Amino acid sequence: MAKITWKTEDGKVISADVKDGLNLMEAAIENDVPNVDGDCGGCLSCATCHVFVDEAWFEKAGELDDIEDTMLEMTDVERRDNSRLSCQLIASPELDGLVLYVPEP
Amino acid sequence: MQKPIVVVGAGQAAASFISRHKALAAKGIGNNEPLILVGEEPVAPYQRPPLSKAYISGELERERLFIKPQEWYPNQGIKTLYETQVESIDRDLKQIKTSRGEALNYGKLVLCTGSSPLSLPPSIGGELAGVFTLRNIADVETIAPELVSGRKLLIIGGGYIGLEAAAVARKFGLKVTLIEMADRILKRVAAPQTSDFFRELHQQYDVNVRESTQLLRLTESNGRVSGAELANGEVLDANLVLVGIGGRPNDQLAEQAGLDCDNGIAVNHICQTSDPAIFAAGDCTSFIRQGQRTRLESVQNAADQGDLIARVLAGEELSYDPLPWFWSDQYDCKLQIAGLNVGYTKTVVRPGSKPGGQSVWYYADEKLLAVDAMNDTMAYALGRKMIGAGLHPTPAQIADPDVDLKALSKK
Repeated sequence: MAKITWKTEDGKVISADVKDGLNLMEAAIENDVPNVDGDCGGCLSCATCHVFVDEAWFEKAGELDDIEDTMLEMTDVERRDNSRLSCQLIASPELDGLVLYVPEP
Repeated sequence: MQKPIVVVGAGQAAASFISRHKALAAKGIGNNEPLILVGEEPVAPYQRPPLSKAYISGELERERLFIKPQEWYPNQGIKTLYETQVESIDRDLKQIKTSRGEALNYGKLVLCTGSSPLSLPPSIGGELAGVFTLRNIADVETIAPELVSGRKLLIIGGGYIGLEAAAVARKFGLKVTLIEMADRILKRVAAPQTSDFFRELHQQYDVNVRESTQLLRLTESNGRVSGAELANGEVLDANLVLVGIGGRPNDQLAEQAGLDCDNGIAVNHICQTSDPAIFAAGDCTSFIRQGQRTRLESVQNAADQGDLIARVLAGEELSYDPLPWFWSDQYDCKLQIAGLNVGYTKTVVRPGSKPGGQSVWYYADEKLLAVDAMNDTMAYALGRKMIGAGLHPTPAQIADPDVDLKALSKK
């Protein structure tokens, strides 16, 4: 289980306990997080599940591979140093307490 | 009291429209009109791509198909009318009539009626038991129990649906024959090199791929399909038949209402029909892209058009100018396509960054149009980036595996 918190720019905070193994794009959709979509179903083809990872958590969130890095060039909202595609973030005990920020289009 | 926006058809385009409308309304943007969603299926909008992939193969649970959880719509105050069809539009009264006898007034109408799979005519057996098309969750629930090891499946049509179904059926141990009328599978959408790649892939998995093969009629035994007679006189046995011969846009309602239609509901750059109060999105529409009327059957088009309509209605000035993208999963192979290859004059094949992969790049003279990437997500991602940025690496550069794609993708 991982407690994941999403924060939007206009102050909305959504927290949920996410089952291990579920990717955080699906978790965002399940928990009604705005502006996070999964058009391609999570296969690194669409870049619509873009989130910013809280700096304190960025390293723990794991490494970005080349493909994700390139797909991050195609997000609606310009990428930042702490950008990730949430379909590549998988809930696990290591991510318990993770905080993500939702890009504002 | 504002008049509602009525959304007709509850699929990807509808979900994207509604999602954006609600997101804008939450920020005080737009008029936050009430929404009514009318859909003919008994469920909320769901993703169709998994129906011929992970859902029919049993790897994805039904609940995970939904684009937004089913309860999201009522929770957002959206009135949902499922298992309901719209029978007519009265454009003067701005009212639609449903199959349940209800008359609904609209301020704006958004048609997201999608496309329907083409069937074989009844005269050649199209309505026999054991003959299926694949579009809805209900279709999967009908077909899945028939996917029994050892049975013979005949697939008619060598497009994405047929090929994806072949892969799933092989996984379940059925014997599969696929017949394609054209001289190669995927002819509608891809270059010969891409057809070659997939033909080889399916043959490796023992699919009997028969191109340049025309069906004369299905054969029957006790009301159920028993096989097929080909135009050349050959007879094939089959226990079940999947028909994947293309789709037609569901523009009948629009046509009846007098809206301009041309390979679908004709919309302009803001997805508006010939009636300014009526918009349309997704598989059912055709729009002008680079001077040509185009209809795209993809998640990308449905999602992006739906999204655009919500923004336009909320006051944004936009113009629909998509970068089409698409994917298909067959066995362990991922095909990802960026761009649209219509009008190509030349192709270049680039070996994959990993074994078993390759990409086919489409050019109109020196202009890069599109890329088909097979097991090469980097080529897809970088190709998509280049096309989006208006970059045109030369065919020679693309063909040369020693030239770094990443470097080419930087301006």
